[in-house]
Amino acid sequence: MATVSVSKKACSVNPLKMSQPIGGTLAFLGLANCMPILHGTQGCTAFGLVLFVRHFREAIPLQTTAMNEVTTIMGGMDNVEQALVNIYKRAKPEIIGLCTTGLTETRGEDIHGDLKLIRKRNPELANLPIVFVNTPDFKDAFQDGWSKTVTRIIEELVTKATETIPGQVNLLPGSHLTAADIEEIVEMIAAFGLTAVVLPDLSGSLDGHIPEQFSPTTIGGTTVDEIRGMGGSLATIAIGQQMERAALELEMRTGISYTVFDRLTGLDANDRFLMHLSGLSGKPVPLKYRRQRSQLVDAMLDSHFFCGGKKVAIGAEPDLLWALGSLLAEMGCEISAAVTTTQSPLLEKMPCDEVLIGDLEDLELRAKGCDLLVTHSHGRQASERLGIPLFRAGLPCFDRLGANHKLSVGYRGTRDLIFQVGNVFLEHTHEGTPDSWPLPDIAMNNSSVRGELVEP
Amino acid sequence: MLGFVPYPSLHAHLNLHHTCADYCPACLFVGFATQLHRQPSHLQTISYPNYSGLAQCLLNTGTHHLERSIVAGLNIKVQEAFSEPGCDKNLAKDEKERKKGCTKQLVPGAAAGGCAFDGAKIALQPITDVAHIVHGPISCEGNGWDNRGSKSSGPMIYRTGFTTDISENDIVYGGEKRLYRAIREVIEKYDPPAVFVYQTCITALIGDEIEAVCKAAKEKFGKPVIPVNVPGFVGSKNLGNKLAGEALLDYVIGTEEPETTTPYDINIIGEYNLAGEMWQIKPLLDHLGIRVLACISGDARYHEVASSHRAKAAMMVCSRAMINVARKMEERYGIPYFEGSFYGISDTSDSLRQLAKLLVQRGAPEDLLARTEILIRREEARAWERLNGYRKRFEGKRVLLFTGGVKSWSVVSALQEVGLEIIGTSVKKSTEEDKERVRQLVSDEAHMLDDLRPAEMYKMLKEARADIMLSGGRSQFVALKARMPWLDINQERHHAYAGYEGMVTLVQEIDKALYNPIWAQVRKPAPWESEIHPLSLEGRN
Ligand code: SF4
Repeated sequence: MATVSVSKKACSVNPLKMSQPIGGTLAFLGLANCMPILHGTQGCTAFGLVLFVRHFREAIPLQTTAMNEVTTIMGGMDNVEQALVNIYKRAKPEIIGLCTTGLTETRGEDIHGDLKLIRKRNPELANLPIVFVNTPDFKDAFQDGWSKTVTRIIEELVTKATETIPGQVNLLPGSHLTAADIEEIVEMIAAFGLTAVVLPDLSGSLDGHIPEQFSPTTIGGTTVDEIRGMGGSLATIAIGQQMERAALELEMRTGISYTVFDRLTGLDANDRFLMHLSGLSGKPVPLKYRRQRSQLVDAMLDSHFFCGGKKVAIGAEPDLLWALGSLLAEMGCEISAAVTTTQSPLLEKMPCDEVLIGDLEDLELRAKGCDLLVTHSHGRQASERLGIPLFRAGLPCFDRLGANHKLSVGYRGTRDLIFQVGNVFLEHTHEGTPDSWPLPDIAMNNSSVRGELVEP
Repeated sequence: MLGFVPYPSLHAHLNLHHTCADYCPACLFVGFATQLHRQPSHLQTISYPNYSGLAQCLLNTGTHHLERSIVAGLNIKVQEAFSEPGCDKNLAKDEKERKKGCTKQLVPGAAAGGCAFDGAKIALQPITDVAHIVHGPISCEGNGWDNRGSKSSGPMIYRTGFTTDISENDIVYGGEKRLYRAIREVIEKYDPPAVFVYQTCITALIGDEIEAVCKAAKEKFGKPVIPVNVPGFVGSKNLGNKLAGEALLDYVIGTEEPETTTPYDINIIGEYNLAGEMWQIKPLLDHLGIRVLACISGDARYHEVASSHRAKAAMMVCSRAMINVARKMEERYGIPYFEGSFYGISDTSDSLRQLAKLLVQRGAPEDLLARTEILIRREEARAWERLNGYRKRFEGKRVLLFTGGVKSWSVVSALQEVGLEIIGTSVKKSTEEDKERVRQLVSDEAHMLDDLRPAEMYKMLKEARADIMLSGGRSQFVALKARMPWLDINQERHHAYAGYEGMVTLVQEIDKALYNPIWAQVRKPAPWESEIHPLSLEGRN
């Protein structure tokens, strides 16, 4: 149980947080043939683009409404219209996602009304799915933008189906999952004879495959038809607390009941997940997973020597913080510092004393004397200054390869993660030297001590 | 969304009490927002936008109120930057054209590139010992901090991301107090010799007067606090570079004195020490006894920039980035400058020559000229010795070159020197003079490409009309997905390509990319596929 506090500083130093609009954008990047647009000045788009390019090492389709000071004051409808028309002409996307930014939110725009008018004026856009999301960057954080966007996509596209599609389940992954994670979960679901519709599906679009043709839009991901068909699923599975709002929206629209798994990292968490799938499908847990489970148990046995009692400082968005923090605590580590970006019901459940909504400066101050620092690539400076190894987790990861292929869910993913962390501890074991165990100074110098020895 | 629609509605409300003339178009930001902060009661009274009232005001108001507002002040700066007489692009325009400035109207849905704030930060962040505070929402700093390749030989505080990360409350009540507190926190905790404060779109929109806050902070804390009033929406990165230069001219340059001066003191302007490129040049200058009084701003210290007005000569490195700084320093302090480049062998030599010449003109001993020639001869020979081996390997290899800031002709000539054929080069950011030089250099069939859409780029590569692409990180994946070699020559590059040493590195990197054994493998179709890459048969026939 942790107390949750919010940093009181006026100046955030070395931000841990990234903005809501680009969180929303990333969700759109998990849709097939999609073009996300940031409704704001072009600079915001450029920063988001560079961030994603460096993390995924992929081409990122992302556009801007290119607002300037005059259009901001006068209202951005013309820019939105031009952007939509231009993008439709050039890129022929199947769906367009529009995230607002702080600039356009400050003025306040009636995008809903504007879109109606724009569609009327441009018949070619009449049937093009256009999903807009309010994501001011002076509020909330990356994972909020992601989950709001998924919720909005459901609002716009999913309707109650008349017939259920046998064996189909909806999978709503949180922003903290990688392409490898999603693939693993889909495979687990498939092992029970079920098919998952994943929304959004970064494992289809940003998994680093090479397309046959050049495409100005996303090169894979959830199709509009698949999203529309979600109303016919037999159940919804949400991974990460952030996805509850989307799952709830889906249930309210379609009556499909949902289950939230706040994490799929850890033995217990996966036991529950597999039993849930078994219940949904009426099939027993496949042999493969029984074997993987015992591999994980073995990994825990082998690694606990090195993890037990280790002090760890973690900086991550709430769902990732929860997944990693819980696992490490389960392995015997002590979570000495936990810093996050935004509110979540999980924070007070964290296995540590305090969770701070703050920045990497806060984390660095609290990480003194820790054995491991866990955060995204920006933790590299703190790690260097403190002389503590950095285990990279979360986005952005720009100074290592294969960020989107890192697996940390399922028995297998948990096993690998435990090995990786254990190896860092192993590598940084403090070995004894002749000077490692000095007697306390007092014993040598303090005359009263000596005196005591002499006097009877 | 906020629960109210502040600006137009507030304006409509004010309309009832004031004449519009109090609020000129440019001070809409400021006029409204200041009112907004100071009289929050207005917030409750109105809740509907009034576009027509606002438009009317925009039409009615005259420019004579411009100087009332900071943004207006900024507009004047922007105009100044646009009418830069040192810019040859501008000189070619008539009066009216010039007023319009260089920014092309951005096309919504088809625009790419950073904002002016981004440009200002690129230009100033290389000053390594100061704190750079970004006043704005998390987007401006949180998404992109510590992501540049500017290297430091000492202080690291420039890599710390400081931002006010403003919240909804700040939007409603103004962010000035938060900014002031932020400056205090930074000075108390990090004690840098100076603080730079960057304005961004939203904080400009709500009317936070960063100049006023910086002034108050400077007086209170007794340290230079420099406002960089370049919100993203005023224009492009390039404009941001220039406006950052203006901030240096207004608040930094000439405010301190160097401990000593020598007849060999120079400034290098517009060089950001990306990947440590300054360190490929400095040994050459050191050898000649030339002292870099200030590099603006690569690996610079605040004190160096502040006392840079005592240099004897200056070199302008990237022609479009900070020409205003070079020109105004000439005007104010009589420091002559020339435009040069350290990319390519002949350009590096030329630049060294010109530096020596200028210094001698300003009174340095004449032997500098001869010493420079000796150094050039020795270093050119040393470089060629290492480069000549590549000629054979580069024979018939075709390059597609997309540079941003780097002058293309300079690199073009350098690559040709080692036997590469340039089949296309972008001249989007080049000046007329640059274009002319490229024209003279590239063969007839070569294209000078103004702008190439990714799809066309991909096609050119996929059809194997080029063997390698040199460009910035954005188009990296266009090349790689076409399974073609690619080399990063922009901001985020990991290798330093300046001077003689840099040219050798560049050629080595091109060679490594061209001859990596992966190409044959990745182009081979999977055994169950029939599609054949144009180059996968190479060597077999
Ligand atoms: S465009 Fe404006 S809001 Fe966006 S990053 Fe640039 S300064 Fe910030």
